[in-house]
Amino acid sequence: MTPKIRLLVFLIGAIGLGAVYCAGARNMPAWAEYRGPYGDVIASLAVFERHATDTVNAITYDYRGFDTLGEEFILFSAVTGVMLLLRPEKGEQKKRNEENNQNPQSFQDAAALSETVQVFTTALFGFSVLFGVYIATHGQLTPGGGFQGGVIIAAAPMLLYIAENTDAFRRIVSHPIVEFFEGFGASLYALIGFIALVAGAPFLTNVLPLGQTGDVFSSGTIGLISTCVGVEVAAAFILVTYEYLREILSRERDQER
Amino acid sequence: MMILGSGLLALIAVSAFVIVRTDDVTNQIIALSFYGLLFALMFFIFQAPDVALSQVTVGAIALPLMVMLAITRMKHREELNKRKQDKSR
Repeated sequence: MTPKIRLLVFLIGAIGLGAVYCAGARNMPAWAEYRGPYGDVIASLAVFERHATDTVNAITYDYRGFDTLGEEFILFSAVTGVMLLLRPEKGEQKKRNEENNQNPQSFQDAAALSETVQVFTTALFGFSVLFGVYIATHGQLTPGGGFQGGVIIAAAPMLLYIAENTDAFRRIVSHPIVEFFEGFGASLYALIGFIALVAGAPFLTNVLPLGQTGDVFSSGTIGLISTCVGVEVAAAFILVTYEYLREILSRERDQER
Repeated sequence: MMILGSGLLALIAVSAFVIVRTDDVTNQIIALSFYGLLFALMFFIFQAPDVALSQVTVGAIALPLMVMLAITRMKHREELNKRKQDKSR
């Protein structure tokens, strides 16, 4: 295929795409215009029905809670898949255990990174964990919720890695309890659904007392589910980073010797 | 608001083009992180603060870090293979 023919084929495709795009864009709603009744209906009903001031989370964790349960298990199985694919081979596993038994060494290289960056990233660690917990537990009140909070918590150990505190980073992300928390968060979500079954209502119905609107402990299961999702997502992201980093971390240790 | 929104959308389009045209992978990852931040700002302006929150952490930190780790891992594998070949010779 000569460049000329290639250009011709591209031009035909580009003109076709442009025409279809323009035809589609002609009927677009105006700026900030909302079509369809459902958003308005839910926005006016969620505070009254569920005592939740964040309508988005009232939808994701209550009105369509079953869908979110499915999404949660998509993440769960994706992380399980990554862990299966990147699992250490038999010899590697033995070597890794030996490595873990040895005294942890410090890998801080002060010359490579400015002290300001190190101090600030380390100081940010506590802040981001606290902020993540706040976002996850206040899902029913303010924008955010479990997924966002979980990701923020998972970003905290990454800050340590940026600050070249590799040792602390590895101790946190390789801890066996992370795996436990991943399964724990996911299964607790499903268990909350069973509370409704015990009370004689359909799966995942919000049967817990709704409480005072605006309170942390309000809106029944929404806050609980948000917190569970936060635990699961934080653990899942930490696990994935560790799986990717394991090989590199052991190489850094080799170089140090 | 409309000018701000459309300006931001245009900026996102430009930065996406710049990412594709960047040759060096490390520079590309930094540009990707900037692109993620712009996206978060866009979600905020279009009244989706909860999506903006997750976009900040995923788009500006997690995704660039993952790409960076994957590339480091690949380079590490290449080095290992090279060493093995040198030893067998």
